[in-house]
Amino acid sequence: MSNEAKKPRISERRRFFTDLAHHAGLGVMGALIWAGYAQKAKSSPLTLRPPAALDEEAFLKTCIKCGLCAEACVNRPQNIDKETGRPRPGTLKMAKAQDPVTVGTPFFIPSDVPCYMCEDIPCVPVCPTGSLDPAKVTNPKTGELDFRMMDMGLAVVDPNSCIAFWGIQCDACYRACPLMDEAIRLEYDRNPRTGKHAFLKPVVDMNACTGCGLCEKACVTEKPAIFILPRKIALGKPGAHYVKGWDKKDQQRVSERVGKDVTTHDERSKENPMDYLNKGLEF
Amino acid sequence: MKWSNIKYLVLRRFVQIALLVLYFGGNYWGWRILQGDLSSSVLFGTVPLSDPFAVLQILATGALLGANALIGAAIIALFYGVIGGRAFCSWVCPVNMVTDLAAWLRRKLYIDKIERKIWVTRNLRYYMIVIALIVSAVSGLAAFEIISPITILNRGVIFGFGAGAGLLAAIFLFDLFVLKNGWCGHVCPLGGVHSLIGKYSLIRVRHNSDNCTLCMKCKEVCPEVQVLGMIGKRSEDVRKGECTNCGRCVDVCDDDALGFHIRNYISK
Repeated sequence: MSNEAKKPRISERRRFFTDLAHHAGLGVMGALIWAGYAQKAKSSPLTLRPPAALDEEAFLKTCIKCGLCAEACVNRPQNIDKETGRPRPGTLKMAKAQDPVTVGTPFFIPSDVPCYMCEDIPCVPVCPTGSLDPAKVTNPKTGELDFRMMDMGLAVVDPNSCIAFWGIQCDACYRACPLMDEAIRLEYDRNPRTGKHAFLKPVVDMNACTGCGLCEKACVTEKPAIFILPRKIALGKPGAHYVKGWDKKDQQRVSERVGKDVTTHDERSKENPMDYLNKGLEF
Repeated sequence: MKWSNIKYLVLRRFVQIALLVLYFGGNYWGWRILQGDLSSSVLFGTVPLSDPFAVLQILATGALLGANALIGAAIIALFYGVIGGRAFCSWVCPVNMVTDLAAWLRRKLYIDKIERKIWVTRNLRYYMIVIALIVSAVSGLAAFEIISPITILNRGVIFGFGAGAGLLAAIFLFDLFVLKNGWCGHVCPLGGVHSLIGKYSLIRVRHNSDNCTLCMKCKEVCPEVQVLGMIGKRSEDVRKGECTNCGRCVDVCDDDALGFHIRNYISK
């Protein structure tokens, strides 16, 4: 047997196409593994982002993982410990591989270090990519950065473990709140068990609360009974078809909607309903 | 050991470590010299600098970017494109220290001589660029930035190490036992981007074949041997963009046959 018979001859053209298929196949294989990992590498939906962060999806796209926000946070002048002259731990952490957050992106855990809501919001303007968008915390009236417009999450009270709901006096979260009586107010209620004491229940106003987490940090229970969740997780959604009949604004919403977004006309509307017996129409 | 045999090596280590110290100080002591990290930084509190490849991946996700990131990427691309060549890889990137250590150990342990060779194309890095951009577009996440050992090491120094250090160990072992110059010379897409950016830069290594004694020390230490094709044959510049301008060949050459030059685009 000659060598020719043992080795099939490979023409240039066959070599080209085999090579092409080889490279394309390897490329697709690599891309599939990589894309699969990228899906898994996205942050837990419970992640709390810095102030003025874009929606999580847009934030993950644009964050370049430079850490300038975390550096601005830890090195802000008011964070310097007067005794040691050293900065205390900053609020913003840069995610490590073991965190349930996309590696290298900034986040914070309020029970470790809450956000102290600096008036100048140093973490936001330093962002080079716009992942943290100053417009989201700029007061449209004054044109200046306004810490009241921060929106990192929402405080949620667990009434079962909050001792104030048991009738024990505690207003730790109320007093820790930088927007006292706005974001957290105390609701006075009669305690029917004793008949002569009051409940002082903490109630969160979802519009005022910024999600800074100072309440979670201050909470006295073993595991905080008030804690911060991202708004997407903490809030439900009734749907546009539920209308508050007693609310003028909501009424207005409905009257604006009619004729624009909602139509009751369809193909069948061309016919007169009176003819349903004559023409055998089905309505 | 003569100073002329380690000059560029020492200078490179100095630059690499000094940059890490400046970044670390930017976070830890609040120095305003170099803040941020290698993905994006601010020089002297004003000049933005960004990794062009990271910016490219973010653009591939379809996101709009702040002006500072774009300007920063342009500054970096301009600097390496006109002056430095692929110098980022050997003078700035901290992973270079890890893979250089692996390459040095390979030589000392004679792993090159006994290992079963596997062949991987050095063009893999260019395919990696394309795949990274495609995966970025599909997944909505800058794909290389979530696995990049460069930023993991860089951020580790600045903000503290985490489990990502395991990836660095893996790359060290890969370079040591699997493939010579495996990461920096074959896989890393950022190296690929800098090879493309730096191809026409002014600073080049030039070979003078009249002085060459064909000792081949340069080829032994070069992490991108394919760029040294002219050794002993022709007196010319190293033209391939994959040369990292590390100057190791210049260091080891005892015959003054290699040295840094400014490329001459005007005469000839």
